[in-house]
Amino acid sequence: MRLEGRRIFKGKAAGEVLYTEEDISFYGGCDPETGEIVEKDHPLQGQSVAGKVLVFPTGKGSTVGSYVLYALKKAGKAPLAIINRTTDPVIAVGCIISEIPAVDKIEIEKLRTGQRVEVDADNGVVTILD
Amino acid sequence: MGLELTREEQRMLDGEYGKAMRKAMEIITTLGEIYGANRLIPVSSVQIAGVSYHNLGEAGLEYLAEMAEDGKVRVLTTLNPAGMDLTEWKKHGIPEDFAVNQQRVVEAFAKMGVITTCTCTPYLIGNLPHYGEHIAWAESSAVCFANSVIGARTNREGGPSALAAALTGRTAEYGLHLDKNRYAQVKYEVQAELKGTDDFGLLGKVIGDRTKKKIPYIAGIKSATTEELKSFCASVATYGGLGIFHMEGITPNQTPVPDETEIVTSEDLADARDALDDENAEIDFISIGCPHASIKEIAMIAELLDGKTVAEGKTVWITTARPTKDLAIKMGYYDKIERAGAFLVSDACCAVAPLKGRFKGLMTDSAKACFYARGKNKFKIKIRTAEECIREAIS
Repeated sequence: MRLEGRRIFKGKAAGEVLYTEEDISFYGGCDPETGEIVEKDHPLQGQSVAGKVLVFPTGKGSTVGSYVLYALKKAGKAPLAIINRTTDPVIAVGCIISEIPAVDKIEIEKLRTGQRVEVDADNGVVTILD
Repeated sequence: MGLELTREEQRMLDGEYGKAMRKAMEIITTLGEIYGANRLIPVSSVQIAGVSYHNLGEAGLEYLAEMAEDGKVRVLTTLNPAGMDLTEWKKHGIPEDFAVNQQRVVEAFAKMGVITTCTCTPYLIGNLPHYGEHIAWAESSAVCFANSVIGARTNREGGPSALAAALTGRTAEYGLHLDKNRYAQVKYEVQAELKGTDDFGLLGKVIGDRTKKKIPYIAGIKSATTEELKSFCASVATYGGLGIFHMEGITPNQTPVPDETEIVTSEDLADARDALDDENAEIDFISIGCPHASIKEIAMIAELLDGKTVAEGKTVWITTARPTKDLAIKMGYYDKIERAGAFLVSDACCAVAPLKGRFKGLMTDSAKACFYARGKNKFKIKIRTAEECIREAIS
């Protein structure tokens, strides 16, 4: 299945989906060294975003969150790609400075954790491989 | 329509002006696309946030260092507060390793041609736009002051997007740059006498908590000082996420007056004070200067502290911009404050300095400072007038 959206930051990636219906605040909500979601009571609490195609509705919280994505990238713990319903400026800027492929305007409810997907951010397309 | 770039802007995006310019242009154009801007517009002034090493961390610093390799700002650009006074940090108890890293942050900005003033009140020290001017500011309180009190135009930028605007001299035309997004949406009739920076901060909390991002038109305020307005701006931006408001007879922007009307009473202000005040807060830290104290505030505080002594076990930070501190030294205010055992701290503030665990309870005149003291530093708090804060310090 092919889902069409919009490019936020260019690039291509293929990997396993980590899905949540809750918004993510990277500043304070994600450990910049391990990639683990640490926000209390978040559905992904205790799970790591590292090496995943991270799917969530939108970002929330402080603009310092952009730098947390950059920290994750430098630590080798960044998501492979980001898929949003609507990308907010904190996530968009984070993806640009960290060069993480990102798309939005995707019907994210069609995705679920564990699926293998291919993200072609250049064309704003997500393909479900299984 | 989509976002259209001039030939020059396209060259900037293609990397003809180097790596930092390309990255900066990617940020500006992506934000423009997300928000449906049709074009970029020039900005003449930038204020950058994300300066304290405490918030930025090593990764943020690494990003700045990377941008500083070939990036140079094209317009007047100033900085938000750092995590310490850049010269007197030692006597304020800032750890050496933090100081070293904080200096590296400031050096990275300096290398890009940023004026490293480190203040949340750039408009008090020479980065003062005029009515209608397009600018790109981060620092929520200054954004609110610029849009509302001055009538300049800026969105609520983050650290990297403000830096991107400084490097390109551009921003995307959307949001608060456009007339249609600046009009009032709900009227607040204030039926209370307000006096002092703390009261205006409480009003900011009442309206910020209630307004859910709707732009307020505030009526019933007879007069306000610049200091009271900066306190209000900080508070309404902290509690309401607002980038602009209108205050009848005080702010310069034109707007239709909304029909939807809410009343603010003195009970509402008292409730806001109760909500901020912690019972049994043991006050060992007093801070004034969030946003940074003006020379007028410092003169008043110096007078109150003249010949007095700060009580044993209490620490006082009066925070301000470096040029204001220099002026305070020249005027003898610094000596009066420091002889009493209080500190006149420049470049930093109690919200972004690494103070967690150092104090139990903060007394301040700032509703914004209350928010960060409680949330980030886990202090108990009390909000009082600036005069009461100083009396508490010497009691």
